[in-house]
Amino acid sequence: MTAMRETGSRPALRTRGPVAVLAVAVLALTACGGTGSGGEADGELTVLAAASLTDVFTDIAADFEERHPGTRVTLNFAGSGELAQQIASGAPADVFAAADTATMEQVVEGEGLDADWAAEHGTHGLVFATNTLRIAVPPDNPAGIETFADLAADGVQVAVCAEQVPCGAATRTAMDASGVEVTPVTLEEDVRAVLTKVELGEVDAGLVYATDVDAARGRVEGLEFPGAEEAVNEYPIGVLAGSDDTGLAATWVDAVVDGTDVLSDAGFGTP
Amino acid sequence: MSRDARGSSRPDPGTGPGSDRGPGSGIGHGSDPGEGPGPGGAASGLDAVLRARLGGFALDVSLTAAPGEVLALLGPNGAGKSSALRVLAGLVPLTGGHVRLDSRDETTTAVEHRPIGMVFQDYLLFEHMSALDNVAFGPRCQGAAKAEARARAAELLDHMGLAEHARTRPRHLSGGQAQRVALARALAVRPRMLLLDEPMAALDASTRIDVRSRLRRLLEGFDGVTVLVTHDPLEAMVLADRVAVIESGRVVQEGVPAEVARRPRTAYVARLVGLNLFRGRGDGEAVVLDARDGDGGPTRVAVREPNEGPALVAFPPRAVALYPEHPHGSTRNVWRSTVDGIERFGDQVRVHLAGPPALVADITPAALADLGLAHGDTVWAGVKASEVECYPR
Amino acid sequence: MSAPADRRAGRRTRVRAGRTPWILVVPAVVGVLFLVLPFAGLLVRAPWSTMGARVSDPAVLSALWLSLSTASVATAVSLLFGVPLAWLLARTRFPGRRFVRALVTVPLVIPPVVGGVALLLVLGRNGLVGRYLDAWFGLTLPFTPAAVVIAQVFVAMPFLVISVEGALRGADRRYEEAAATLGASRATVFARVTLPMVLPGIAAGAALCWARALGEFGATITFAGNFPGTTQTMPLAVYIAMQRDPEAAIVLSLVLLLVSLAVLGTLRERWVHAR
Repeated sequence: MTAMRETGSRPALRTRGPVAVLAVAVLALTACGGTGSGGEADGELTVLAAASLTDVFTDIAADFEERHPGTRVTLNFAGSGELAQQIASGAPADVFAAADTATMEQVVEGEGLDADWAAEHGTHGLVFATNTLRIAVPPDNPAGIETFADLAADGVQVAVCAEQVPCGAATRTAMDASGVEVTPVTLEEDVRAVLTKVELGEVDAGLVYATDVDAARGRVEGLEFPGAEEAVNEYPIGVLAGSDDTGLAATWVDAVVDGTDVLSDAGFGTP
Repeated sequence: MSRDARGSSRPDPGTGPGSDRGPGSGIGHGSDPGEGPGPGGAASGLDAVLRARLGGFALDVSLTAAPGEVLALLGPNGAGKSSALRVLAGLVPLTGGHVRLDSRDETTTAVEHRPIGMVFQDYLLFEHMSALDNVAFGPRCQGAAKAEARARAAELLDHMGLAEHARTRPRHLSGGQAQRVALARALAVRPRMLLLDEPMAALDASTRIDVRSRLRRLLEGFDGVTVLVTHDPLEAMVLADRVAVIESGRVVQEGVPAEVARRPRTAYVARLVGLNLFRGRGDGEAVVLDARDGDGGPTRVAVREPNEGPALVAFPPRAVALYPEHPHGSTRNVWRSTVDGIERFGDQVRVHLAGPPALVADITPAALADLGLAHGDTVWAGVKASEVECYPR
Repeated sequence: MSAPADRRAGRRTRVRAGRTPWILVVPAVVGVLFLVLPFAGLLVRAPWSTMGARVSDPAVLSALWLSLSTASVATAVSLLFGVPLAWLLARTRFPGRRFVRALVTVPLVIPPVVGGVALLLVLGRNGLVGRYLDAWFGLTLPFTPAAVVIAQVFVAMPFLVISVEGALRGADRRYEEAAATLGASRATVFARVTLPMVLPGIAAGAALCWARALGEFGATITFAGNFPGTTQTMPLAVYIAMQRDPEAAIVLSLVLLLVSLAVLGTLRERWVHAR
């Protein structure tokens, strides 16, 4: 007991250790299609990206591989927080794209970004896209939601993200900005889960990103609302310190930053 | 000693279970005496024809037993005797035949409604219940109040000499005690028929004698039908009033134990009761055996009384005398034979003779030494006609 | 003087006689290490200095209470339906019995999240059955503790059914025959003879079922959602905490682990002593 307390009182060991222990399990479950094959060979790039970037990055990667013959881009999508933990526990990767700056900050403080790249593009990563919240309702809008304030009405079932994940943090900001306190029935683990509940009609409304509404066009309706602009989510990207091929990684980052068409098609804002 | 148990240790018939209690409280008074023999003179007791398919063969037996009678089903393993018991209990469905008990048709009665009590081979006492609760189980199922059922169970256990074991779990009982609890449990439902499946098989030899004599006394006090399955001839002889020998699903011989022991009808029974048995055809004061022998003519066995037609002849191995040369004198049956094997048999020596006729002879070790017999030696076997049992088949 | 020597010799002999083959010991030790080391990792990395404050957090206690109560209710429900189901599978013949048995094990192989989606599609507000529950009784299951229980029953009941069916198949049926000859109806036989005989199997199945329900995550978060005090069980709290505060996740994991071990250990102790 005493010995353990001593161990625990050393701050340096405290942050990384537990993350590593728990992330091993997460990694085993989520990384099957991704980092497992090893990014050592020439022209191989491993990109960890927030789940909301799935469609966009898949498009960009296809284009990238075409333009750079011989390179292979391995994409691994998951919640930003999960990916940050994978990086902290030593997952081999070249590029990280997060759904919010706070998560990127975890990585910056931990493993860190590649020093040369950071010196040139910014020590906190490069913001390449923004995303705003929308109210998503089922197509028939059973509760007749029109404004953000309607979400706070009695009997309206609302799903939002848990505050611990980026979309939840944005939701918090939006509620604070609009002065409307919504009491949700569930705090979902990620924005896709909120969307699923809306699509199935299990809730009357959910707060999701504009990009999610676009992706689920036809299955949900999106409503803009005043205050959403206060909760703009910034997507930072950066070359990781552990990258084997920082040159190729930097080229990928450039391709993403230049991919404004693809991004805005998907509903992202660009800075 | 079994005869002992049967006779002398029963000074008072009143020790029979329940006989000193009020009407209805005793063991086995399953039915009102008035409903015994039904109208039209139908016999009370068991009248059963059992037909059922059992794996490899068909069971087809008919059994009868009077109230108070103990019928033993004797037979080798796999002959269908246990199956017959299970059919009687209703645990195996009939494909044909009937089961009538005290002239009531029970053929289609469900197991739980048959007026039977059954004791299984390894007793199958419920491990999670005390001895008392095991015995009280049946009465409870028949609707008796808890207190009443327990009182009846306590009475039965007391009668079995197990009063101090009422609270004991079955696994802490000895084999003999467990058997008595199983009997008490079967009797507690006041059955009109008691079914005992190899009740001694689970006991070791040292306790068997004692347990057997107890069981004998108990069965004498039971006024319903008892059907006992056993593969042990001694058990059948001691416990049963009548024996039915079952082989391959059929009754091959039926009768009182002494009759079966003296006049076996099949090789199996003969072996069980330790007799040399031959099939043949009566020809005056002799029987011509069916078994052909290689060189000479048919073998003739001289018997006491003239007879005709298909017959069986039997004589015990100790009635066979062996001689180094053809004997002179009154012995009418003398056969030349070779020694096929020699083994110890109790305090005797059993000599197997190749025949014809093939038979066994029991002689004393001294006689063996005098004869100086060894495997393959030639010897003369003699049997007095007065020792040969001859009966029609 | 000679007595201790004899005893030593005796001991040596005994050890030689009972030596366990290394071919079994080595994999067994590896197995134990594999199971125990992650737990040791949690212990080593736990933030012990702030443990007290974190554990006594009302949010932790409410999640813990919700977990324990829903898992227990789920186990009770599983017993209520699972034991008769196991009996039917083990003791009766009906057309499609093999198919039903295969169906029972489906929740074991499908990912719990998929199970959660399936439950939503059936029991959700717009689900096949759920829409009538809503329309006729005004009953909506998702986002309620009842939904947590349903999700847990869905994933955990197969463990109980399989254990109990195995126990029933292993039980000596002749005891049931003996009970029948004593006048017991089928129901009485089941209640007074069969059940007590397979009680160890039922207890083991219930413990497995409870443990599985306690650890349930995927189906719960999908079907019941995640709201503190209503549907946020410990595994959900652990997962959400992982996103921002891994230390909190470790504390929650340890609490869940220790409480479940304590409960199972106590039950086992009672069970063993009761026998």
